[in-house]
Amino acid sequence: MGIFFGIILIKSQAVSWFRIQEMFRFQSFHMYGIIGSAIIVGMLSVWLIKRFGIKALNGEAVQIPEKKFHWGNVYGGVIFGLGWALTGACPGPLFAEMGGGFYVVIITFFSAIAGTWLYGKFRAKLPH
Amino acid sequence: MEFIQKAWPWYVSGPLIGLIVPALLLLGNKTFGVSSSLRHICAACIPSKIPFFVYEWKKESWNLFFVGGIVLGGFLATRFLSGNASVAINPKLTEVLREEGIRDFNGLLPLDIFSLSALFTLRGIIFTVFGGLLVGFGTRYAGGCTSGHSIMGLSSLQWPSLIATCCFMAGGFFMSWLILPYLLKL
Repeated sequence: MGIFFGIILIKSQAVSWFRIQEMFRFQSFHMYGIIGSAIIVGMLSVWLIKRFGIKALNGEAVQIPEKKFHWGNVYGGVIFGLGWALTGACPGPLFAEMGGGFYVVIITFFSAIAGTWLYGKFRAKLPH
Repeated sequence: MEFIQKAWPWYVSGPLIGLIVPALLLLGNKTFGVSSSLRHICAACIPSKIPFFVYEWKKESWNLFFVGGIVLGGFLATRFLSGNASVAINPKLTEVLREEGIRDFNGLLPLDIFSLSALFTLRGIIFTVFGGLLVGFGTRYAGGCTSGHSIMGLSSLQWPSLIATCCFMAGGFFMSWLILPYLLKL
């Protein structure tokens, strides 16, 4: 599934810094179309799975953990948004770009790990 | 085959991405999400007593295989499916970016900013190093990224994900409209 996702990310140009700039500057429908149609297909399939009680391959009932609201959704969300527009990449595309031969993105990737670690380190002191 | 070599339109790639949601649920009862892999990497590779990183990350190791797959997929698509072609962006954006100092429009990323030689400039450091920090810190603080919140969260009708997604966009707009033009000119 990961390989499949990686190929789509590259071929749809969702990993392109230019595409992300276009999206945030309202100059193209492309990224809105990708994310929007992915959500609609995802929503329909989750609904179908629940409606017909479709089980996972191993026979378990499909479980989707509930997300609880905390203020991190807001503060963290804005911080990630700033980074998204700068790097032109959310975490998925970071991996795809590294595979695609953009070696300098490895630095961005290590920074992202450092960012995650900093969050873990100072988690108790941050408002949630 | 020609179709595969060209850039895929949104109405093909978007629904394909959407199908990953039920595929992961049905194949392994897993929820789609990429940014948690960064947490697992911290837990697995950086020994510490930080409570946030002390958990059974091995139970979540499927996620590391998943992101490993993304790297491999990225390699295959650029190597064999001519993935790194120039992006047909809106001519208006080309014009604006040219004014703001971007010269390279030949690939997925502008090499003016994202290359080894640019890395040691102030602009390069801000975009690659500082940008990455914001992405890693922000996604974990928000509890997810575009895949976990915007696609998986919204697909399962979770309202915190809607709030997070709106905040992602708000941060992005703020950066693109108000800060980025100045940073590009550095």
